[in-house]
Amino acid sequence: MADLINLTIDGKPVQAAPGTLVINAAKQVGIEIPSFCYYDGLTLQAACRMCLVEVEKTPKLQVGCTLPVAEGMVVHTDSPLVHQSRKGMVEFLLTNHPLDCPVCDKGGECELQDMTFRYGMGESRFLEQKMHVDEQQWSPVVFYDKPRCILCYRCVRICDEGMGVNALGVVNRGAVSEIAPNHFDHLECDECGMCIDICPVGALTSGAYRYKTRPWEMKHVGTICTHCADGCKTTLGVRNNEIIRGNNRDRSGINGEFLCVKGRYAFDFVHSAERLQAPLLRKNGKLEPVSWAEALATVAKKFQQAQASGGKFAVIGSNHTSNEENYYLQSFAREVLGTNNIDHHRTGDVPALLDALSGKTDALATSADLYERKAILVIASDLAQQHPFLSFQIRANYRHHGAHIYTVTPGPVREQKYAVRSIMTIPGRELADVELLREQLKAEPELVIVFGDAIKGDAVHKLVAFGASLGIPVRYVCLVDYSNSRGASDMGLAPNHGPGYQAVAEPGLAYDEILAATDLDVLWVVGANPLKHLDLASSRAFVVVNDMFLTETAQRADVVFPAASAYEKSGTVTNVCGEVQRLKAGLQVMGAKPDLEIIGLIAKEMGQDIGIWSPDKVLEEIRTNVRGYNIPLPVIATGGAAQTTPVNGHVPLSARPELIQSARDSLFTSGSLGRYSKMLNSVLEGPGGLYSEERP
Amino acid sequence: MTFSPELEARFAKLLESYPPGRTRSAVVPMLLYAQDEVGHISNELIEEVARLCKVTPLQVDEVVGYYSMLHRKPLGKYHVQVCTNISCLLRGGEELYEHASKQLGIANKQVTADGQFSLEEVECIGACSWAPAVQINYDFHHLVTPEKLDALVAELRKAQ
Repeated sequence: MADLINLTIDGKPVQAAPGTLVINAAKQVGIEIPSFCYYDGLTLQAACRMCLVEVEKTPKLQVGCTLPVAEGMVVHTDSPLVHQSRKGMVEFLLTNHPLDCPVCDKGGECELQDMTFRYGMGESRFLEQKMHVDEQQWSPVVFYDKPRCILCYRCVRICDEGMGVNALGVVNRGAVSEIAPNHFDHLECDECGMCIDICPVGALTSGAYRYKTRPWEMKHVGTICTHCADGCKTTLGVRNNEIIRGNNRDRSGINGEFLCVKGRYAFDFVHSAERLQAPLLRKNGKLEPVSWAEALATVAKKFQQAQASGGKFAVIGSNHTSNEENYYLQSFAREVLGTNNIDHHRTGDVPALLDALSGKTDALATSADLYERKAILVIASDLAQQHPFLSFQIRANYRHHGAHIYTVTPGPVREQKYAVRSIMTIPGRELADVELLREQLKAEPELVIVFGDAIKGDAVHKLVAFGASLGIPVRYVCLVDYSNSRGASDMGLAPNHGPGYQAVAEPGLAYDEILAATDLDVLWVVGANPLKHLDLASSRAFVVVNDMFLTETAQRADVVFPAASAYEKSGTVTNVCGEVQRLKAGLQVMGAKPDLEIIGLIAKEMGQDIGIWSPDKVLEEIRTNVRGYNIPLPVIATGGAAQTTPVNGHVPLSARPELIQSARDSLFTSGSLGRYSKMLNSVLEGPGGLYSEERP
Repeated sequence: MTFSPELEARFAKLLESYPPGRTRSAVVPMLLYAQDEVGHISNELIEEVARLCKVTPLQVDEVVGYYSMLHRKPLGKYHVQVCTNISCLLRGGEELYEHASKQLGIANKQVTADGQFSLEEVECIGACSWAPAVQINYDFHHLVTPEKLDALVAELRKAQ
């Protein structure tokens, strides 16, 4: 490493690496240089002039956010001249800025407000009339109020660099400059809301949140987004048991401040008028609300009757329920109901990858690897649509580290824009086309391979063999669709393996076989909607459904239990990279119970004991019993992410790998859940399409 | 939208005059030539230029907003630009501008009802030696007095 550079800031000696900016060197020794336009991870702008500092032997004040440290440099950030300059800058920024903080949506968490308080004049000398421009609405979620804008360009840069969308720009010049959307009067973009989040003032505000509350009136609950499999932490702002917003300004979690449209806005299904609030029981052919006691007694009795008569049971689990619930559900199925007829909608061949990696260490990539590793190969997935956070990581890696990106996809994807090489493949030819990259990949120092559902079964083994033959360290990510798809697989919601991929003696029926079995007596569906696409062949089956909504499957049920959403319960979920994170209950909703409790209550009603239904207790059991899940509790408990370890051997091959299929959700859809999010359905782009031509 | 065959040919040639991958450089000249032909910069025009130069329409819009000689709204057939910068100001430019405004019955950046004239108060047009100066479309008029301006306008009215 190059020698460190010695400089002095406010009398304190500082050592910093060459190229460090003065603003960051000051941070090292606890000195804050105020700034608006400087933003970690984005290109330099030097627009706001708030960070001006005095550097000895330099005649004028210097811009601290673009000035690299130099040997012997003496910087003053606390001198009268600097104070005066900051006062002047704030005064100028407030020239046309409305001073209506009490009714501004940003009040209380506004950087301009804070800066004015700390560094401002305390009085205003401007008597001139302020320029006014009416507020504009650019999309259902993005509003722009020009007079509040301080032109820091953060939104323009995050959209271009961070998101790769480039939907915002600056038009006009001088005092009439303003931010403009990509389609003259409206936005067509990812609707991720990153621009709103990053705005230091109240210029960009969120249609979902604005004017509903003050930030200090909410409690802020950091939990994991329940949509795609990337496992972003979303901090829910909750007031009176109502989620008002989602963001992650504290940059906790693997995703830092990143959130896509789903993580930021699609929590509103929680408050949908269609939420079930009481158990439903079919009486005279109609589902009618009944008490929990009646519903539980009916189910327990039916289960016991079917057991007594040697009836055929089957269970379909969920991609959204917690690890604890999945573990508990499969315990119930295997121990109480005595069946291996258990499965879930499988969206990626995780077992095949784990099997192929037997004996290898360090071969499972974390989400951080996508940002840090030197080369990334994306196979058969439109990450920007299906895995927005992974896409964001790869983009940041390219931008910050110049990572080499390769894509082999059947359609145009955003990653192509900065890929070293992109190959357009046709379904079925992916592996053959990956082979074309062999020589180039061999020259890379390391590689992360991210593959979609097109690579399954034997193809996964071939891909891993290809990776091994390159002679470089290779890590893998097997893409799956939903928030706990990975956990459902790990916890053994599968006909041929239990938790931790322990093979079962007699494999049961797989997903489609369960639905096709004409002699099924009892079907229990927990948080899934299999009847959306398939029919249930057995007309005599007694169907029990746990769900939030009266889905197609719930409509066929004999008993429906109202389930709590992920935002209403505690537990853990495992993301696409195998990182386990904690769900933290943000609110309580009338009538619904977490699936863990519902399963426990049914067991109790049947006089069966499968352990206490407390998430912590079940997690303890998982850590002891499930291969790969002996994760450090303190990491989980403090809101961190702990990656599961490889399972090394004895992984049974996926039952019926042909069933493995991604639901092809886009950025604006989220399976059956997405239908109940008004916000998600209100954006112009929804539902969007995979591999669609990139919008200009 | 499409332009006249001559202009399309000119654009094709223009795009070739920059190094590969630098078609963005053609945005400004293309906008100027296109404005001359169309009269103003419409949304369709922006989209077409963006397509030709392989940039986003917003990037073109940013350029249009920056340059004061690119106009988003239609101008009059004769665009009267009166300089009121320092040299012209000292030689009666401001009075000239006010006179023009009164005579034409329009204010800055407005167009007469018949669409023949538009007026703009402009920054220095580089004709300080012959101040006050007026530019009508691309023609310069030197040492302009209110009377001279009236005559000019009358002549243009007649020429219609």
